[in-house]
Amino acid sequence: MGWVFQALLVVALAWVAHVAIGNLYDNLAARGLKLGFDFLWQEAGFEIAFHLVPYTSSDNYWRVFLVGITNTLLVTAVAIVFSTILGFTIGIAQLSGNWAVSRAARIYVEIVRNLPQLLHILIWYNVALRALPAPRVAIGVGDMVYLSNRGVFLPALTSDRPGLLVIAILIAVIAALALFRSLTSYAERTGRAVNAWLPSLAVLVLLPVLAVALTGTQVSVSLPQLKGFNFIGGWALVPELTALVFAMAIYNAAFIGELVRASIEAVSKGQREAAAALGFGWWWTLRFIVIPQAVRVLLPPLSNQYLNILKGSSLAVAIGYPDLVGVFTGISINQTGRAIEIVGMTMAVYLAISLLIGALINLFNHMTRIVER
Amino acid sequence: MTEAALISDTPRRATAMASAPARIALWLRRRIFASWRDALLSLVVVLILGAIAWTILPWALFKATWSAASRADCAPGGACWGFVAAKASQFIYGFYPPLERWRPDTVFALLIAGLTWLMVPRIPGKGYAGLFMMVVLPVVTFVLLHGGVAGLPVVPSDKWGGLLLTLILAVSGISFSLPFGALFALGRRSRMPLVRWLCIGFIEFCRGVPFITVLFMAIVMLPFFLPSGMKPDPLALAVAGIIFYEAAYMAEVVRGGLQALPKGQYEAAMAIGFGYWRTMLYIILPQAIRKVVPGIVNTTISLLKNTTLVMVVGLFDLLNIVSAGVADPLWVGSQAEGYFVVGLVFWLMSFGLSCYSRAIEGGFARADRA
Amino acid sequence: MLGYLRNKWTLAAGCVLAAVTVASAENGDTQKSIKARGLLNCGVSSGVQTGMSTLDSAAKWNGFEVDFCRAVAAAVLGDAEKIKFVPLEIKTAFATLQSGGIDLLARTATHTFVRDIELNVAWPGAYLYDSQGFLAKKSLGVKSAKELDGASICVSAGSNYELNLADYFRKNGLKFTPVAANSRDQNEKNLETGRCDVYANVLSALAGAVSKLGKPDDWVVLPELISMEPIGPVVRKDDSRFRDIVGWTLNALIAAEELEITQANVEKLKASSTSPEVQRLLGVTGDFGVKLGLGNDWALNAIKAVGNYGEMFERNLGNKSPIKLERGLNNLWNNKGLMSSPLLR
Repeated sequence: MGWVFQALLVVALAWVAHVAIGNLYDNLAARGLKLGFDFLWQEAGFEIAFHLVPYTSSDNYWRVFLVGITNTLLVTAVAIVFSTILGFTIGIAQLSGNWAVSRAARIYVEIVRNLPQLLHILIWYNVALRALPAPRVAIGVGDMVYLSNRGVFLPALTSDRPGLLVIAILIAVIAALALFRSLTSYAERTGRAVNAWLPSLAVLVLLPVLAVALTGTQVSVSLPQLKGFNFIGGWALVPELTALVFAMAIYNAAFIGELVRASIEAVSKGQREAAAALGFGWWWTLRFIVIPQAVRVLLPPLSNQYLNILKGSSLAVAIGYPDLVGVFTGISINQTGRAIEIVGMTMAVYLAISLLIGALINLFNHMTRIVER
Repeated sequence: MTEAALISDTPRRATAMASAPARIALWLRRRIFASWRDALLSLVVVLILGAIAWTILPWALFKATWSAASRADCAPGGACWGFVAAKASQFIYGFYPPLERWRPDTVFALLIAGLTWLMVPRIPGKGYAGLFMMVVLPVVTFVLLHGGVAGLPVVPSDKWGGLLLTLILAVSGISFSLPFGALFALGRRSRMPLVRWLCIGFIEFCRGVPFITVLFMAIVMLPFFLPSGMKPDPLALAVAGIIFYEAAYMAEVVRGGLQALPKGQYEAAMAIGFGYWRTMLYIILPQAIRKVVPGIVNTTISLLKNTTLVMVVGLFDLLNIVSAGVADPLWVGSQAEGYFVVGLVFWLMSFGLSCYSRAIEGGFARADRA
Repeated sequence: MLGYLRNKWTLAAGCVLAAVTVASAENGDTQKSIKARGLLNCGVSSGVQTGMSTLDSAAKWNGFEVDFCRAVAAAVLGDAEKIKFVPLEIKTAFATLQSGGIDLLARTATHTFVRDIELNVAWPGAYLYDSQGFLAKKSLGVKSAKELDGASICVSAGSNYELNLADYFRKNGLKFTPVAANSRDQNEKNLETGRCDVYANVLSALAGAVSKLGKPDDWVVLPELISMEPIGPVVRKDDSRFRDIVGWTLNALIAAEELEITQANVEKLKASSTSPEVQRLLGVTGDFGVKLGLGNDWALNAIKAVGNYGEMFERNLGNKSPIKLERGLNNLWNNKGLMSSPLLR
């Protein structure tokens, strides 16, 4: 009975697919269009305001695709960091014994999470643009950092071998994390007080410096300077990016705050009372008793929220931040007319990132699960 | 998690006996000024809230202009509510012809009636209410709004807009995504591997891509896969996109409820000779769904907020029609007022829903304890 | 067998979607499907483009693009109001046309090689000859586009202006940062708040921006015009009959101006004119309408709906509008312009 049904299902799906693809070819033929990815090697011809990988208007659509992916990943990563920090603050504040603090956190959550994310983004973008000064009267912090309606300008490291620098920093981060982890686990195992921060930080700083010194790479700091219309040099964060990150952090922090609150409340009260009985202060109770237990409850919904941030970053298109949907699904479809290929590629990218993050989270869950004795 | 929270609650009982001023003083001492750190925190919070109120209130109330024929009539520095008044009917009905507006009004009334029936626990016949919302209301809404029968002039769907369109998108999305979601959830737990894998694939696909790309796919890509004569209405495509996208999320919520049910429920149903569908429909799903009402309401709220994304495919939902209204040369610079109104409307709807969910949750919890 | 299956699928899917779809006839006959559904699906810009397509408080569509849709609806259906306007950002406009979501795209779409050949859509004519230029605040003190090295420039995302701009700066060895917004409205906001230094668009759009931002004396259009843009209505290539209808509706409006036929006098001229050209255009003699598959009053209806080309221009973009765009190249050929109609004979 089950097998008959499944067989029928296969036939029905195959038939639908067959007809849909038949329609596709008929429609394409009737309109003189063709399918294919050859367009990826055509010159794009338009400029993109913000890119992490090198790009000029003479690059091809494949490069546009990469620019879109890296921009999407950047905004997602930064938004995740900020919304996590803000979200934990809001979540802990909601449980504060201080009435004013817990009420304010509650009001924040109730106002923010009941408004559409698109509205948040539009509001913060337009607010930021109206509030910030023109570049010629930019707010400067010690001639290093400038804030204007063209963006935030930060000092940047420039190098003749940027690839090497990036790899060195990546290795340093991984090494520092590994060292920190092994030192803390050593401390936990032996009960000896070991300062894990200092050696890890040393690794983090010294490794790249060593790499630069040994290979003779030229490294210099470029400061932003007002020249003509805009700031030149340094690292420019366009307002579309900052407004987007800001809006997404504010919006998602409300959800993360709720998750944090629920997960802390899920830790049984006896745990807190026991900690108090041992003479732990509130920070110690939180840090060593509550959070480690709450994190297990928190992780699955938190990972979902991180995926929501990834997906929400596609709203960047509304304010013109050049993310994947903006430059590829938007501009490139119009310039090339390859709707099917481009929408397909875009969906594939999001799907791949989501599945990857999902797999990582599962792995982490598996590693941190309570081992029953 | 301050020290105050860690104190046992014996003093609370003591306060019940004390006089009112003493009680307030004790409350203040415990909940506001428990320590110098708490006092400082309270002060900072009050200052921030005060600053926010200080910026918004004068703008929204004291310096506001309440009636105006154009932006020029409005006092600078205050809100220009004349803009909202002038555009109110457009915000609510979109481009629906003024003479025919009794039709959307009737739909609004039916919707409110249906929601009241469904949501007020004391009114009986929830099954019929569900049937009304899922079958009768969509059909009546479509016939009434589109017209073309019984002498009603046809009003094509591009004339539907504003709050009307937002509600059409949201209500049709909600009414259909829950049953589809339940079906996908059952499919995901099915013993037939093919059904299971198909459902998992579909659910994970929808949960892995942004809603915007689904809309793009529905509007830009899907027509290529349909027979060449068939040109679906953009609104219909957007509704279909919303239903299937949210159904995947509903499926995950319902699955949570299914997993939480004890196995005995299935076995008992089988034991009294119920088949698969009767077991699911009469025994399992009602219990599973009851367990996950908060999750369902959360998904509903996110669906409601997601309807604003139809902006990218050129539909004039509430947010988009307000944006278009702001671009009117007569009213240039009324963006803040526009966003304020949109925000207020969405906030009232979402907050109302989440309050309802909490009330229901509380009711269930009481029922379970009894 | 395959055809049978596909028909059956059409039928089944049709039943499912019947409640919410607009049924249409078979491929290659846009006009027939417009008549069957009694509506012209016309793509216009997003409803926020001063002079091109705007929505007033009474939810009525106005503007140059909108009027052209009305003229075509009047010619095909005899009723200028039987239109479903589909507001589209340029990013989705061509894809929607290709996929059949609209019959006609009456947007400010420039005719380019890639669109014509690769997107496989057709321009039956040009209703505006426009040029891309730069709009700047006078206080910026810029006199020429050549001084714009390093500037931030507002431009519509996905438009050909984006490409022209990149080419122009590359050619002159200058650098710029694009600020690509989706709509003209957002571009204008960005210019006003100083998010960008100058705004690059066609002159009609720049004039619209100035009229909306107010204080026309604060703004200056730089002398360099970096492109010539033939802008016109767009249709799918697979239906040459509908392409003819759209093209000749535009020609009829232009010819009407040349023959001094206006919205006001068209009925009178139909009854009294002795000019053979006027008689042919208005369907008194000959059967041009029938040859297009329309009624012989097609041009009469179109002119009655929106007036002649000159009236349409002046009402929406020219002196009778807040934009006050000069006619310039959009004058008739005998008035130092480029507008002319092929002969109606």
